[in-house]
Amino acid sequence: MSAPAKKKIEEQPKLHGILGEFRNPKALYDVAALTVKSGYNKFDTYSPFPIHGIDKAMNLKKSKLGWIVIGHGLVGFCGALTMMYFMAVMDYPMNISGKPFFNAPAWVPITFELTVLLSAFGAVFGMFFLNGLPKLNNPLFNVDRFKKATDDGFFICIEAEDSLFETEKVKELLKEAGATHIEEVYD
Amino acid sequence: MSKYDYVPEPALVKGDHDFASLTRLVTDINLRPTPKGWYLAMIGANALLAVLGIAVGYLIWEGTGVWGLNNPVGWGWAIINFVWWVGIGHAGTLISAVLFLFRQDWRTAINRFSEAMTIFAVMCAGVFPAIHVGRIWVIYWVFPVPNQMAMWPNFNSPLLWDVFAVSTYFTVSFLFWYVGLVPDLATIRDRATDKIRKYAYGIFSLGWTGSNRHWWNYEKAYMILAGLATPLVLSVHTIVSFDFAVSLIPGWHTTIFPPYFVAGAIFSGFAMVLTLMIVARKIYGMKDIMTDDHMEKMNIVIMVTGSMVGFAYMMEFFIAWYSGVEYEKAIFLLRATGPYAWAYWAMMTCNVLSPQFFWFKKLRRSVGFTFFISIVVNIGMWFERFVITVTSLANDYLPSSWDYYSPTIWDILTYVGTFGLFFTMFLLFLRFLPMIALAEVKMVIPQADPHNYDENHDYQAPKVEIPTPKAVEA
Repeated sequence: MSAPAKKKIEEQPKLHGILGEFRNPKALYDVAALTVKSGYNKFDTYSPFPIHGIDKAMNLKKSKLGWIVIGHGLVGFCGALTMMYFMAVMDYPMNISGKPFFNAPAWVPITFELTVLLSAFGAVFGMFFLNGLPKLNNPLFNVDRFKKATDDGFFICIEAEDSLFETEKVKELLKEAGATHIEEVYD
Repeated sequence: MSKYDYVPEPALVKGDHDFASLTRLVTDINLRPTPKGWYLAMIGANALLAVLGIAVGYLIWEGTGVWGLNNPVGWGWAIINFVWWVGIGHAGTLISAVLFLFRQDWRTAINRFSEAMTIFAVMCAGVFPAIHVGRIWVIYWVFPVPNQMAMWPNFNSPLLWDVFAVSTYFTVSFLFWYVGLVPDLATIRDRATDKIRKYAYGIFSLGWTGSNRHWWNYEKAYMILAGLATPLVLSVHTIVSFDFAVSLIPGWHTTIFPPYFVAGAIFSGFAMVLTLMIVARKIYGMKDIMTDDHMEKMNIVIMVTGSMVGFAYMMEFFIAWYSGVEYEKAIFLLRATGPYAWAYWAMMTCNVLSPQFFWFKKLRRSVGFTFFISIVVNIGMWFERFVITVTSLANDYLPSSWDYYSPTIWDILTYVGTFGLFFTMFLLFLRFLPMIALAEVKMVIPQADPHNYDENHDYQAPKVEIPTPKAVEA
């Protein structure tokens, strides 16, 4: 592709989706349910706090985080025992007041702590991984109004990638659901 | 009519607040110019921090001989202060994790605050084991990293368990705290008008948008972390108590130590949260969120854990007699009547007697009285660790080796200096981070629940239904 043509493409901002603002958690809950019912699945709702029950309205699947955590927990558990076995039995066994080299009861605290530590890493970093964070640039940040999403704003964004997406139809849907403000979001 | 009035659960947030006003109340503190009073407090805290630096520097230069340790008493203020600070830290995790699992929504007002306290208290605690080793430049020997002797740490030692327990505790508490902070940092990012704040809060909020797909994983992570932190916090003070209980010293070698240490830790930690909360909510005008109802609930926790600690003291005495072991009996009699009787009775007064005042509702709800008791409790808990550590060592098996222990000026300065570290960190926290878990507080006000809206999406305040009392059959 030649350079001028590429520039032309960049000048035309790509539509990311349609953002609608709603008055309160209940309105957002209802529009989420309506969006699912209308067949859209590439959309997301934004609120300053998690809304009770919106997972059902949005038809969200159970979080996979539990599996990540148990995987990490097992690594911590086995890793702790392997480490201690290698160090205290294989590599440099030391006779400490006649205690056995493989002293399982005395290893319980460290095994426990490392299991918890690795599980916590799994929970925190797994959560950020599933959420695709850190992601410092987001098309939604181009919308000034979207700043309210962390304060007292309730938003829904139906994304252009959705197979059913048609600008006018989506706008109509949001308007009928009682959106107080509707805006196009560009990349 | 019933003899009793129905008492509805008090509102968690007082005053006429909506989401936006809560946002302003909490984040304005971080966005407005630094008040002069903060600088004054910071100067004081930094002066104490400098004291810590000097005391630790001199210790490292001269060696542990500058402390008041003597021949039978090889553990003095360093271990006392370590246990004291770690214990204080436990309240933060209790509030953020255990109360979360018990669905105690009132915790949202104080969890950020007390988690911060936990982290800084554990930092202060960590100073002591690090410096008491004498040769701090080889402190890495406590970690399983290769060293020039090709030796590994002794995994049979409770002191090493402590290394793992406290460092895990610090790391997990920090992560838990940070996870809670991310949405609130995003709030400040979106409200900030200057470039530096936009960048700084922007980076640390990791691009949080408040997406409900994200909240879904977030809440799961939060619950798992609470589930992990709960056994962790119990294990940490259990392992701290193993430092004593796994030895063969009379007065230490008891199975009651783990539960009794954990109860004491919660007791002192709640007192410290109250001390800080009462001051901070006044200065920062947070009485709508940190209400007198919160104070009352915390005072009840103090009363319960204080009574548990008091029960443990009596049980120790009973078991010492019941065991029939001469040395065990002797050490407990010496605690109450011997050379350290003053410390023992100070402990008994502060820890067993003082929380009993909270049986009275009037005293539980009195701000001044609560502040006073919260300080008394922490003095008492310091004496508890003093009594345990010093009395058992000073009067051991052979009366010919007994000696009296007193601290030197360097012991005292190190301890006082850790307050400098604590308050420096705490002031930075109050200035730069939201001191209330904003997203969580918003979640517990009635406007957040979709059930409290009618079909036209208008807010309808939930009605309190007063159940009619059943007629009592004669």
